[in-house]
Amino acid sequence: MFPDTGKAVVTVLERLGHQVEFPAGQACCGQMHFNTGYREDALPMARGFVRNFAGYEAIVTPSASCASMIREYYPTLAEEAGDQALAAAVSEIAPRVHELSGLLVDVLRQPDVGAYFPHRVTYHPTCHGLRMLKIGDAPYRLLRGVRGLTLVELPEAEACCGFGGTFAVKNAEVSAAICADKVAAIRQTRAEFVVATDNSCLMHIGGALSRQRSGVATKHLAEILASTELASAELASAE
Amino acid sequence: MPTYLGMPAFPDAAKRAVADTQLRANLTHATHTIRTKRAGAVAELEDWEQLREAAKAIKDHTLANLDTYLIQLEDNVTKAGGHVHWARDAQEANRIVTGLVQARHASKVVKVKSMTTQEIGLNDALEARGIEPIETDLAELIVQLGHDLPSHILVPAIHKNRAEIREIFRREMPGAPKDLTDDPAQLAAAARAHLRQAFLEATVAISGANFAIADTGSLVVVESEGNGRMCLTLPDTLISVVGIEKILPSWRDLEVFLALLPRSSTAERMNPYTSIWTGVSPADGPREFHLVLLDNGRTASLADRTGRQALRCIRCSACLNVCPVYERTGGHAYGSPYPGPIGAIISPQLRGLGSPVDASLPFASTLCGACYEVCPVAINIPEALVYLRAKIKHKRSERAVFHVSAKVLGSPRGLAAAQRAASASRHIVGRSGRIRSLPGPLRGWTDTRDAPAPPAESFRAWWSRTRGGKQ
Repeated sequence: MFPDTGKAVVTVLERLGHQVEFPAGQACCGQMHFNTGYREDALPMARGFVRNFAGYEAIVTPSASCASMIREYYPTLAEEAGDQALAAAVSEIAPRVHELSGLLVDVLRQPDVGAYFPHRVTYHPTCHGLRMLKIGDAPYRLLRGVRGLTLVELPEAEACCGFGGTFAVKNAEVSAAICADKVAAIRQTRAEFVVATDNSCLMHIGGALSRQRSGVATKHLAEILASTELASAELASAE
Repeated sequence: MPTYLGMPAFPDAAKRAVADTQLRANLTHATHTIRTKRAGAVAELEDWEQLREAAKAIKDHTLANLDTYLIQLEDNVTKAGGHVHWARDAQEANRIVTGLVQARHASKVVKVKSMTTQEIGLNDALEARGIEPIETDLAELIVQLGHDLPSHILVPAIHKNRAEIREIFRREMPGAPKDLTDDPAQLAAAARAHLRQAFLEATVAISGANFAIADTGSLVVVESEGNGRMCLTLPDTLISVVGIEKILPSWRDLEVFLALLPRSSTAERMNPYTSIWTGVSPADGPREFHLVLLDNGRTASLADRTGRQALRCIRCSACLNVCPVYERTGGHAYGSPYPGPIGAIISPQLRGLGSPVDASLPFASTLCGACYEVCPVAINIPEALVYLRAKIKHKRSERAVFHVSAKVLGSPRGLAAAQRAASASRHIVGRSGRIRSLPGPLRGWTDTRDAPAPPAESFRAWWSRTRGGKQ
């Protein structure tokens, strides 16, 4: 759904001199199925994941939510299924699965990725990044390293946006009420862009921002890190 | 928990609650106030995480050896002059308690705030036998006088503001001053005068307990108002209804919990009143003490590897105060005396997943994890929620959608085909780059939010086009 994010990850990592591969056999991590109570459907996806990603030095996903699914719940899935081969594969592979900002800051120690983004930006820490994966201040450090970027603090930043996967549909009214407060906080910052490490939350927040014709755009962190002076200039001339 | 059955499913009740702007304002104000204060109180202790780990370890050890500790508790309570009763379920507990009250010819009883007696619906059982239960915790009294239900574990009247409380007192409290204002001191004074009479008249008191200590046979109640202390010491007979998971092996374990509980619940370093009693003492306190140990589904929870962690709960309510869902809906939507995140895992475990409300509770969460983060006994509530979701009998239509989507999303070919189909449809569904209306169950999304239009080309397609399918 969000190809620009994937392309941005490739751009950033290659700019830093890393070799990026996209195993074509990969598919969904199964989090939506697991979290909604369809563990039997998530299990083959976990098996597919370990099959496709075995042998890589580092596995990166631009989603704190997907990374935490693999780290936190794949072991549970394997154990419940009594699949010892999967359990072994998961324990071997899970420590190498990283969300992008965690990989850049904590593993590669490259908080300055040479990006340029001359805009007013606020950052929403997503719940799974903050509380499951505990990526801490990695995204802030990356954003502070972006030239031209003005980072504005988001009030009540650590509050959930109300997405919650199928929650957004099963409890649509509550989800919308939570989102309304998040959107109000974002608008208060007068930022041009709200940034996060998960496109799912951004889709939710962005959906409300767009419905309100707020003029605030959502952007995945990777896309900000990928932009350079050249890319900005192109964007400006296109406008 | 018979009291709330017949409740609609969570989404329906929550929808109504969300539309109540006064309720929303009361809840936002209250939860944010307690939340902020709690964070301050917790930050004062450098060893908070270690305390939390210790509490978890003590509770897990106790639960693993519950049979031994329960017998030890029974022995020590009996030795100290108390009587121990065992109740399999709510009905049995209510029968024991009403029987004890009737045998003492009491027409009214004073009550210390107790979640366990809410759980078993004791007040209804007493009233059915013509016994008047008088709640003496201020907030619990407000709820009782207002013919209402509690909406929070610690602050049961969190959904009411001062003006509403004043109205309830003026309407329902015998002898309330005619010129009562909504000044908190005046409201408290009115309640105090009202309750003082009840304390002096009652011959039987009913309480719960925060902790039951096996090696001494002592019971512990922590509270803020002193009304609990009045109930525990003035009447001749004291009956305490306590869940079997409330046990701690030894006196010294209390240290850990008395550090964790007040800071987590009221954001205090120490709660104002901690009452501890062991059986009966001559010429002091009640002359008769009865301990009713309640199972009511707890042993079944204990047998469940993921579910049993909920039995560590010390009913502090920190998880309610940080929950984005609870903050918008309040407690009533949860259809149980145990609302909020902890209620969403406790209620379905104790009552089963049969009713519409219980089957919907595990889904009443965004899985944001704020509850787990603040829990003083480290209950992984999100883990327990998704575990319960897997035990629910899903609607046939939903099951079909998920099975099919798993096949598509789980295979690279299926995913690529779906992405191509989505890209091809983008000119129809989202000309402006945004979809403003979706059909079926997804309409809930587009009622308030746009959905993104599918991209012209997926990442997968881009990669294979630009990198030539290189692996």
